[in-house]
Amino acid sequence: MPSKVKTGLSRPAKTTPNKSTAVARQPATGERIAVRKTYKLYIGGAFPRSESGRSYPVYDRAGALLAHAAQASRKDLRDAVSAARKAFPGWSGATAYNRGQILYRIAEMLEGRRDQFAAEVAAAEGLSDSQAAAQVDAAVDRWVWYAGWADKYAQVVGGSNPVAGPYFNFSTPEPTGVVGLIAPQDSSLLGFVSVVAPALVTGNTVVVIASSQRPLPVVSLAEALATSDLPGGVLNLLTGSVTELAPWLAAHRDVNALDLTGAETGARVALAEAAADTVKRVFAPAEFDPLAEPGIARLGAFVETKTVWHPTGV
Amino acid sequence: MSTAFLQPGTDGSQGGAGMPASPELADVTRDNASLRRFLHGLSGVDQVGAEARAAALATRSIKTTAKAWAIDTAISMVDLTTLEGADTHGKVRSLCAKAARPDPSDPSTPAVAAVCVYPDLVATAVESLAGTGVQTASVATAFPSGRASLQTKLHDVHDAVRAGATEIDMVIDRGAFLSGRYLDVFDEIVAVKQACGAAHLKVILETGELVTLDSVRRASWLALLAGGDFIKTSTGKVTPAATPPVALVMLQAVRDFAARTGDVRGVKLAGGIRTTKEAVRYLVMVNETAGDRWLNPHTFRFGASTLLNDLLQQRHKLTTGAYDGPDYVSID
Amino acid sequence: MPSTAFEYAPAPESRDIARLKPSYGIFVNGEFRDGRGEAIKTINPADEEPLAEVAEANAADVDDAVAAARKAYEGTWSATSGAERAKYLFRIARAIQERARELAVLESLDNGKPIRESRDVDIPTAAAHFFYYAGWADKLQYAGLGPAPRPIGVAGQVIPWNFPLLMAAWKIAPALATGNTVVLKPAETTPLTALTLAEIIAECDLPPGVVNILPGGPSVGQSIVDHPGVDKIAFTGSTGVGKMIQKSVAASGKRVSLELGGKAANIIFDDAAIDQAIEGIVNGIFFNQGHVCCAGSRLLVQESVHEEVIAGLQERLQTLRLGDPLDKNTDIGAINSSAQLARVRALADSGDAEGATRWSPDCPLPDRGFWFPPTVFTGVSQANRIAREEIFGPVLSVLTFRTPAEAIEKANNTPYGLSAGIWTEKGSRILWAANKLRAGVVWANTFNRFDPASPFGGYKESGFGREGGRHGLTSYLESEGYLAQ
Repeated sequence: MPSKVKTGLSRPAKTTPNKSTAVARQPATGERIAVRKTYKLYIGGAFPRSESGRSYPVYDRAGALLAHAAQASRKDLRDAVSAARKAFPGWSGATAYNRGQILYRIAEMLEGRRDQFAAEVAAAEGLSDSQAAAQVDAAVDRWVWYAGWADKYAQVVGGSNPVAGPYFNFSTPEPTGVVGLIAPQDSSLLGFVSVVAPALVTGNTVVVIASSQRPLPVVSLAEALATSDLPGGVLNLLTGSVTELAPWLAAHRDVNALDLTGAETGARVALAEAAADTVKRVFAPAEFDPLAEPGIARLGAFVETKTVWHPTGV
Repeated sequence: MSTAFLQPGTDGSQGGAGMPASPELADVTRDNASLRRFLHGLSGVDQVGAEARAAALATRSIKTTAKAWAIDTAISMVDLTTLEGADTHGKVRSLCAKAARPDPSDPSTPAVAAVCVYPDLVATAVESLAGTGVQTASVATAFPSGRASLQTKLHDVHDAVRAGATEIDMVIDRGAFLSGRYLDVFDEIVAVKQACGAAHLKVILETGELVTLDSVRRASWLALLAGGDFIKTSTGKVTPAATPPVALVMLQAVRDFAARTGDVRGVKLAGGIRTTKEAVRYLVMVNETAGDRWLNPHTFRFGASTLLNDLLQQRHKLTTGAYDGPDYVSID
Repeated sequence: MPSTAFEYAPAPESRDIARLKPSYGIFVNGEFRDGRGEAIKTINPADEEPLAEVAEANAADVDDAVAAARKAYEGTWSATSGAERAKYLFRIARAIQERARELAVLESLDNGKPIRESRDVDIPTAAAHFFYYAGWADKLQYAGLGPAPRPIGVAGQVIPWNFPLLMAAWKIAPALATGNTVVLKPAETTPLTALTLAEIIAECDLPPGVVNILPGGPSVGQSIVDHPGVDKIAFTGSTGVGKMIQKSVAASGKRVSLELGGKAANIIFDDAAIDQAIEGIVNGIFFNQGHVCCAGSRLLVQESVHEEVIAGLQERLQTLRLGDPLDKNTDIGAINSSAQLARVRALADSGDAEGATRWSPDCPLPDRGFWFPPTVFTGVSQANRIAREEIFGPVLSVLTFRTPAEAIEKANNTPYGLSAGIWTEKGSRILWAANKLRAGVVWANTFNRFDPASPFGGYKESGFGREGGRHGLTSYLESEGYLAQ
């Protein structure tokens, strides 16, 4: 497991403060006082605080406080799964063209807010401005890549099967259902997009636990999604402790599949065991490089092949 | 065996000359629109499913005592038929002799149900069959195409009946059926039924021209509603003739008609049935589709010529234990 | 002439055709030998008479088999080109066809299923499966699964008793075509055809160790699943055991595919072709005594045709012939084991207790053996156990619906998702319903059709991975990131 970032909420080791972080820097005398943002959860198209009332401090790589994020509880997770289930018929029933359009629209919105996201990624990940911008660009491009798959994937992996009888028989990939994802811990935005977009484009709805220590960029992403055409509940975002939340996600009986990309190696076995109680599909790649060519393995991880038979007669 | 129960008018059949036996069906033939609504309201037939069912029934293994019973039953259901332009009185007389005593070497062999000839040869057949219990059937109504005026068709029927035919095999107007003029077809059958008087009416659907099993089901009901005592697959002049799925659908029709009206009508399969194996498979189909109450010559017939000899040869095989040859049955 | 009813005389296949041997062993590294586990007697469920003694495997035998499979995988089998692997599989397919009659009789003796089914379905479909995957062996690079697909290694395969030879074919054919080697455990009550397949494999000169067959009980299955030398587990069986397997391999990183239970809805709309729908209902639940994971065990009938369908179904069921599995006219054979019979009885009794109405045709049961009559429960509600739990027997639960949306809602209201049936003459409704049903196989205006080219497998707790078709290759080829698929 490549992630070097812990999935809990303990404060990272302090290093030299990075003065370039846009979010948390101190105002100079006489300068306008910034309006700080409250980072909330995104569930069913709304932005609630955690029902538990909890929040936790998020620091930059230098250890400076960036903001307090909502610390989701298992009840928030429960609500998120309900919202995802409720949104599933509509999203999976939308035309592939429509889903592609919506994902592409997300890319457009991200592109328009490129600077904001670059600043947040830089702060979250301790990257230089240009490195952060490259991450944002790659994230935008990833939405575009997956958006284009919406109305092609079924053509690539589906088709008719030449059975030995008077039947027309065809197989199509259909979304697995509600997918629970543990987002990569280090690549806050690009990693998140890389695991979420392939699950969404085939028609799944998702509950994502963001990087525990780097959650802020994707809360902003959720704010963009809320004004995009993505229906409420299709993507539900939880911030907080992966260590605390992941077991509830893995065990939830109304979750159909689990993506453990962002789970620590040591936690994976227990999560996969919990997933077995309802025969969840578990996707747990040994390696994850968000900058690599994505391929289609992730598209295949959260689809079910449905095969339909019908007689051919007069 | 006694075939006395085959005498017209003594069998209890209610061929109601256009008067459906069930009050609930009285309205459906009021006009073409009602009739169309009714026929198109019948459950559809899935061709592949019907074929699969027919094929599954064909896997029944009928051996020993069951086979002996089936062969004799099949012989008793044969309408021994000759419908050639070259038919002569001599040919018909010869056929009648065979019909009454199919196997002179074995008197336990049952007689066939009927001899079926063109109307001009009915008198010869009646004379030859006198006292045998074997019925005389005749194709009428401008057989096999049915393309003549109603008047001509009725004349044809009268001829045959006057000459002594006790069973009339008519053909329906397939053109009218396929173009949706169901009431025309219905009225024609009713008229022919009236012309038959006491003679039994078998209504040939010519299923090979109806093509779909949906049409076979609708035509079956149409003929039953109009008073046909039997529904019959084919003239024998069109291919395909009797096929297992067609037989299945027609058997379902008489089964369902009986369930709805209490009125038990018959099915006659004609055309292309040449072997004992096929005949036995059809008896299995009758048994497991309509039920064993249909397993008698009163409600099930084979229209055939060469089938009889194969049945006789298989009968010899069961009796002698050795495979039989064509020299041991008569070619008529 | 006789005028009694048409009584079909007995038409039994001779049991000599099965060439039963007094004892069977295990097949490891190309050789037959006695297993070191328990020696058990496999019995004929139709009369409870012993058929043969089987020396089952134990954990040490599993070690040997896995070692042999590993050695074959790394040695001979890896060095065998796809084209050569194909020819071995073609040989096996042909050999199954050549010995089809023997295998059919043997299957019916060991399993209790009617000879009509083993002869017309199990054995020919098993041969067809080898034919189908044989052709893939040298064409994998064209399967759309990457330019150079790689096998996984040693596949451990555990199969059930309902289609003993066919399930062995479903497992072995794709595994070998993709270049894996195999350790397969047939079900404890039905090892004989798999062991005859071992004989065929030996006669086809497959290199030793490529296929190893280990009869035995659950502990042998567990040893295979847990064995560190096994790279891939393929299991067909109950959802309960499937969950245990998924759990036990969670730590090991083995690839898994699971084909588990089902509780399929067979939906009859009011415009269905009723005669064919009734055949579909019968085929859906009474085929193989209902010992079918994808059986149409829940009949959902639109209320407006409920009476007509049930009346027609009952009339049809009167023609079913229950009895000697070797009689060619038998439609319903024996339940495979006393344990299964007890389970079927218990669930059927729960149907009575929960207020459903039980009906069976007049159908005398043989005195010896394990038998259960074809049974239809009407007045079943969604909450009843017989509407929710897999019975795996000849028991149909009938429910009703009023609207298409209600039909789909009820059909999907189950943790299972293996198969479903739709009966309507309206094309657009078929495609609408097929789209809404959460099931891996949807039969529209037909039921229980199987073909090697057609992917088979479930949604939800019916398992994951597909068997059959191009999709079936993915279960046996390396792929990124799968813990459990």
